[in-house]
Amino acid sequence: MSAPASALAPERVWEALAGIPDPEIPVISIVDLGVVRDVRVDDRRVHVELTPTFMGCPALDAMRARMEEVIRGLGAEPDVEVVLDDSWSTDRITAAGREKLRAAGFAPPAPRGPEPPTLVQLERGPFRCPWCGSTSTRLENLFGPTPCRSLRYCDDCRQPFEQFKTI
Amino acid sequence: MSDRVGLLLQLADDELILGWRNSEWTGIAPFLEEDVAFSSIAQNEIGHARALYELVARELGTDADAVAFDRPPEQYRSAPLVELRRLEWALTIARHWLYETADAVRLEALQASDDAELAGIAAKMAREEAYHRIHADMWLDRLLASDEGRPRLEEALDELWPYALGVLDDELRAEFVRRVEARLGRSQPDVDPVGRDRHEAELAELLDEMTSVRRTAPAGARW
Repeated sequence: MSAPASALAPERVWEALAGIPDPEIPVISIVDLGVVRDVRVDDRRVHVELTPTFMGCPALDAMRARMEEVIRGLGAEPDVEVVLDDSWSTDRITAAGREKLRAAGFAPPAPRGPEPPTLVQLERGPFRCPWCGSTSTRLENLFGPTPCRSLRYCDDCRQPFEQFKTI
Repeated sequence: MSDRVGLLLQLADDELILGWRNSEWTGIAPFLEEDVAFSSIAQNEIGHARALYELVARELGTDADAVAFDRPPEQYRSAPLVELRRLEWALTIARHWLYETADAVRLEALQASDDAELAGIAAKMAREEAYHRIHADMWLDRLLASDEGRPRLEEALDELWPYALGVLDDELRAEFVRRVEARLGRSQPDVDPVGRDRHEAELAELLDEMTSVRRTAPAGARW
């Protein structure tokens, strides 16, 4: 009689998933991004709940494919479920993830308030330049290179930068 | 077709068709910022359509692409407002603002729905739509503040008003009219809505263009 294969610990799966970079902004992992909602291990089958950021984000399929590959690499069968509910917001980006974004020149999203953002807040609110730390910045365009970012300009260091939207 | 599928198709078709129309500004908007804005908005709308088509596909036992692309024009449930092809800036801003205002009323109602799945998707859509509304409101103010912009915008709003009334059903329409009148500070004409029981001729042209690649590719082709 052969010994039963040792069970795969969910922590091992989380650790492996934390090694997957975001396809669009590879400085941050998909775990830092907060899109992995749950991991359950059932014998050799690993069930992962993945929740998209922006609904039109084309990176979703790439994330899913990479997760499946990584789970197979652990000798398990992946079952990645895309959950289309309202459980993801930019508040789910981890503190470590926010710092990695900032260090790469992306201003991390402001915390969510009780109400959706307004133009006045985006124009007047204190948004910090990721390059020099100044809050003398202004909104250049509500939309940016991808739907998740706006464009701002820093009047102190005179650099444009990308500001993550709060959703 | 269940009521639920019918409702999902209204939402999904509106978002897909308007997403396509918004994407027609990619590369030719009056300035670069608006190329970027309308392209992003289009991407969001088409992302919403995709999620909604996934729900429809699950109920009908097919896939989202088949629901999105394989129907004849008369089976689309989109509102004529989103079907119009109007590559003119004042009309684009008027439609954008009217649609986002109506869509906000609709999404608020859906978030309160007993259908937990639909309520969840509506809440997720609403997070993104908040930025579309800010953008539409900003442009409304910008055009209203200019001597040339105001009459052009008002003319565009008048032209599109019957179409705008056709986006929501009787139950939600009154709230939409209330918000439009409050924002514009004037009463709107009481006209018959151009509703979902008919389509604009432009829809067939749009679908012909939108599905051209799908129709030429062999079944099951992957990209």
